[in-house]
Amino acid sequence: MKEKLEKIKENAKESISKIQNLQELQDLKVKLLGKKSELSTILKGLGSLAAEERPKIGSFVNDVRNEIESNINEAEKRLKEKALSQKLEKEKIDITMPGTKIKRGSKHPINRVIEEIQDLFVSMGYDVVDGPELETDEFCFERLNLPDGHPARDMQDSFYITSEYLLRTQTSAVQARTMLGNTEKSPIRMICTGKTYRREDDATHSHQFNQVEGLVVDRKELNVSLADLKGTLEVFVKKMVGEKSELRFRPSYFPFTEPSYEVDVTCFKCGGKGCPLCKKTGWIELLGAGMVHPNVLKMNGYDPEKYAGFAFGTGIDRLAMFKYGITDMRYLYTNDVRFLSQFDRKDEE
Amino acid sequence: MKLSKNFVRDYVDVQADLKTLAEDMTRVGNEYDSAEKLVPSTKLVIGKVLECKAHPDSDHLHVCKVDVGTEVLNIVCGAPNVRENIKVIVALAGAELPNGFLIKKSNIRGEESNGMICALYEIGIDKKFLSEEDKNGIHILPDDAPVGKDPVEYLKLDDEVIDFELTANRGDLLSILGMAYEIGAIYDKKVKEVDLSHGESGDDLNNSFEVRVNTDNCKLFLARKALNVTIKESPDFIKNRLIASDIRPINNVVDISNYVMLELGQPLHFYDADRLGNCIETRMAKNGEKLTTLDGIQRDLEETDIVISDGTRAIGLAGVMGGLDTEIEETTKNVLIEAAIFDSVRVRKTSKKIVRSEASNRFEKGLDPNRTYMAIERAVKLLEKYADATIQTGTVVYDKTDKTEKKIDILVKDINDLLGTNISKADVLDVFRRLDFKYTENGDLITVTVPTRRLDISIKEDLIEEVGRIYGVDNIKGKLPVVPMKIGSVDKTQREIRDKMISLGLNETLSYVLINDKDVHKYTNDSFEELKLLDPMTEERNVLRYSLIPSLYKIYEYNKAHYIKDVSIFEIGKGFFKKEEKYGENTKLCALMTGEYYLGINNKKEIDFYIIKGVLEEILNYLGYEGRYSFCIPKETLKEFHPGQVAEVNVNGEIVGVVGRIHPEISKEPVYVFEINLDNLLAKKVSKMKFKEISIYPSIRKDIAIILDKNISADEISKVIKKAGGNLLVNYEMFDVYENVILGDRRSVAYSLTFGSNTKTLTDDEVNPIVEKIIESLEKNLKAELRK
Repeated sequence: MKEKLEKIKENAKESISKIQNLQELQDLKVKLLGKKSELSTILKGLGSLAAEERPKIGSFVNDVRNEIESNINEAEKRLKEKALSQKLEKEKIDITMPGTKIKRGSKHPINRVIEEIQDLFVSMGYDVVDGPELETDEFCFERLNLPDGHPARDMQDSFYITSEYLLRTQTSAVQARTMLGNTEKSPIRMICTGKTYRREDDATHSHQFNQVEGLVVDRKELNVSLADLKGTLEVFVKKMVGEKSELRFRPSYFPFTEPSYEVDVTCFKCGGKGCPLCKKTGWIELLGAGMVHPNVLKMNGYDPEKYAGFAFGTGIDRLAMFKYGITDMRYLYTNDVRFLSQFDRKDEE
Repeated sequence: MKLSKNFVRDYVDVQADLKTLAEDMTRVGNEYDSAEKLVPSTKLVIGKVLECKAHPDSDHLHVCKVDVGTEVLNIVCGAPNVRENIKVIVALAGAELPNGFLIKKSNIRGEESNGMICALYEIGIDKKFLSEEDKNGIHILPDDAPVGKDPVEYLKLDDEVIDFELTANRGDLLSILGMAYEIGAIYDKKVKEVDLSHGESGDDLNNSFEVRVNTDNCKLFLARKALNVTIKESPDFIKNRLIASDIRPINNVVDISNYVMLELGQPLHFYDADRLGNCIETRMAKNGEKLTTLDGIQRDLEETDIVISDGTRAIGLAGVMGGLDTEIEETTKNVLIEAAIFDSVRVRKTSKKIVRSEASNRFEKGLDPNRTYMAIERAVKLLEKYADATIQTGTVVYDKTDKTEKKIDILVKDINDLLGTNISKADVLDVFRRLDFKYTENGDLITVTVPTRRLDISIKEDLIEEVGRIYGVDNIKGKLPVVPMKIGSVDKTQREIRDKMISLGLNETLSYVLINDKDVHKYTNDSFEELKLLDPMTEERNVLRYSLIPSLYKIYEYNKAHYIKDVSIFEIGKGFFKKEEKYGENTKLCALMTGEYYLGINNKKEIDFYIIKGVLEEILNYLGYEGRYSFCIPKETLKEFHPGQVAEVNVNGEIVGVVGRIHPEISKEPVYVFEINLDNLLAKKVSKMKFKEISIYPSIRKDIAIILDKNISADEISKVIKKAGGNLLVNYEMFDVYENVILGDRRSVAYSLTFGSNTKTLTDDEVNPIVEKIIESLEKNLKAELRK
């Protein structure tokens, strides 16, 4: 009997090892362990054995059964693994083929720079304000201490649509609006960005361009001095142009500020060594700035004896050209899709 | 303003080299464009042509032997006026001429050439300053020119010039004397006095000559007379200083008027006194009055022009240009000198119309009356000295100017508060002393007397600027304002729309606001008055746009011309208008799409109406208007759009925009656009974003397909489904449409209907009757037929 069981075990092991798929294994399992299997028959026949043989053989049958079961389980595991790997093999793809391209748009470089400037100043507590592009002579010039006939108006030949209305030549127009609008005379810290227009068009000037204007007004005894203006612009320039940039304040003249300065920065291109871009001076003129002229304060509702302020402005187009290495200003306004679509990703911080 | 270093040295001691001077001037606010030698050539010597023979292999070249002192050089010369025994300017081998032109030893058609015989224009003097002979050939030096020596020095052209770009307020720097004060302040040097000494004789001019002024636009008019002048060439120093200042020398008399203007900043006018009569009048021109100016052009004058007249007719445009009839000529004997101040705004307007000149520029910037008196004396002094004139006694004076000196009170604290500095009183006073400003002290209070030459200084802040610039802005240390903390505010809506459009695959553009007037009323039926420029730069851009569509369409055309087929672009910008006498501007969002809109190589889709509509809907949904908008057929035809593919966008009953295909007659290629008035749209409040409880019960989806008349719109079908569906119908979406020949005028439309409840799991028994009801309603209301 023992030999017979031994044989069953061996045969079973061999049959199991030959099985190639799960269905066959299932069939074999029924054959080996099912009700009609040899093993079941032996178990059923245990009663006919001598009483002292019974437990021994019974236990041996169970051992054989356990062994077969474990063999089947092992085989099942192996076959499942094999089936899975075959399936996976079949599903193999060329992972070097291109991924599905999802069309990605792009942000115009001017607006990229505008957003960066806005974020910088908002982080310093400035409000971003907006003003009309179709301005009145009053806000564009007169309230900024530029009466009719003022020679400085020559610097800004303008697009008038009537004797009163014109396309703003400078975002400074928003200064007057902000001051007048602030009836509580609370401190002002604002910037304004946007389109400006002047009657000139050549390789380096577009009749439409973009500016940012900043204005800080507060009570005189608080810190609104040239030194504060300098510090503020240092932050601005270092963020927008580069940490290594140095600033040079050059006394200048704008009717709406007194004193007035033009602010030069270390030449973007040569780093100050001197090159054709900076006319060998090592400096690039970047901003106009100054302390708000007392007449401007007065005309816009602030008592110059009590209040002081500083203001600054710069062209955004050139900053954008510098930042992205754009070689010709005309690219900014031609809107060639091959140009636009280059500005389609996050820039380095 | 071109500053001749030799010229300014007459009045102030300048030790600094040219570049340093230019940089130091820049630091105090006077930017420069260039700083160069008047003759920027190197290795020039005076040579003598010993021999001059025709080149054997040329019909115009000469082969010369030139003695340059140290050796005799063989030089090939092409100038027509080269000959033996003349003294010439020779550029030796290795010389550098303007524009980087290098002289090398060479061989010209078989003849050795070891240098170049130069024309003046070749060594750096502009042709406009040269005589006819010098324009066409080499310069022939006088016989006494020393061979081997520097010709630039010999010709007294050894000057250096800084070309300053002055600010509009510093009219005082449009003079050598003004520059001398500025340089004196920088280097702490005293300015020398101007020599005004001269003789005078004869009867007082006041007895024989009258100055009449009949306009407020002339506040000062001085006249003097110089008799028996000799007209000749000016001495070299005058000619060379004029050339250095970019003024063409003419003759000694004319040159002196220009020389004094350069020196003192006061423009003068010299008349041929014998052609003038015995009076001179300043008045406003009469309408229609005519005058032939110096340049020979007859001008039509207007009432706004100030003219000089001889009592009957106009003889000059005050401050702008003299008349032809009374100009100084070779034969002029007696000269009447005018030194006057005319209103800057008037001069500016007239000169803008006629011509901008050195004189008009100075009038425009404003003049110091004290300087006017000085200038007329200086002019007669020079006429006496360099034109052999006899000066007639007396000056005829008309003077309504206020010459009171301005006094400004200032505290050191005012200065330090505004500059953010800690400058001592002693340093402040030192600045005023260097600027040659007189002052008195009373404790902390300083009272500064501003010299009349500094018309730009009238308030305390102007003085603070002076202190700042002479003390040195570089010495002021930057700091950040100490202010109460607050959050800066910015409206990010536009930025978010922009980002959303970009994420939908569109490229942002930035186009011009100025367009052509033939496009301004296109793509809209809105009534508005167009805003035309009074003085456009080009007719191509003569009006402010109302819609952005013409701008974007132009961009499309540009890209198409460059073989770019897929153009999906957008822009947020302003449109301008005048309505009911009011000017206004609106912020608009505009998009244009054509070509393919793709999601990968194998998933391209030709852009059609529904894609751009989808983009627009995505924006509207994103902004919170989902369920509040509809698209309707325009009531009035929009003639630039395809009549069957255009819709007005209606949000809460107001039309806020348009979407459609551009009319095939405008663009054969299918081009789609939309434009939304963001001001109108965003004025409609959206509800706050709020969480809605998610149903824990599963929903049931049922699909139906119906066949119905093509002309029944999706909107109409939706309305029927929604009404019949009741509140258990939580969503319905069209997922398939098709048309074919068999269907003819009808189309098949498939909808997926989703039913759900927040309180229970729905069963088919509950849902099927609703679906039945929907189908019945579709059949009844729209004559639809269920597809089985």
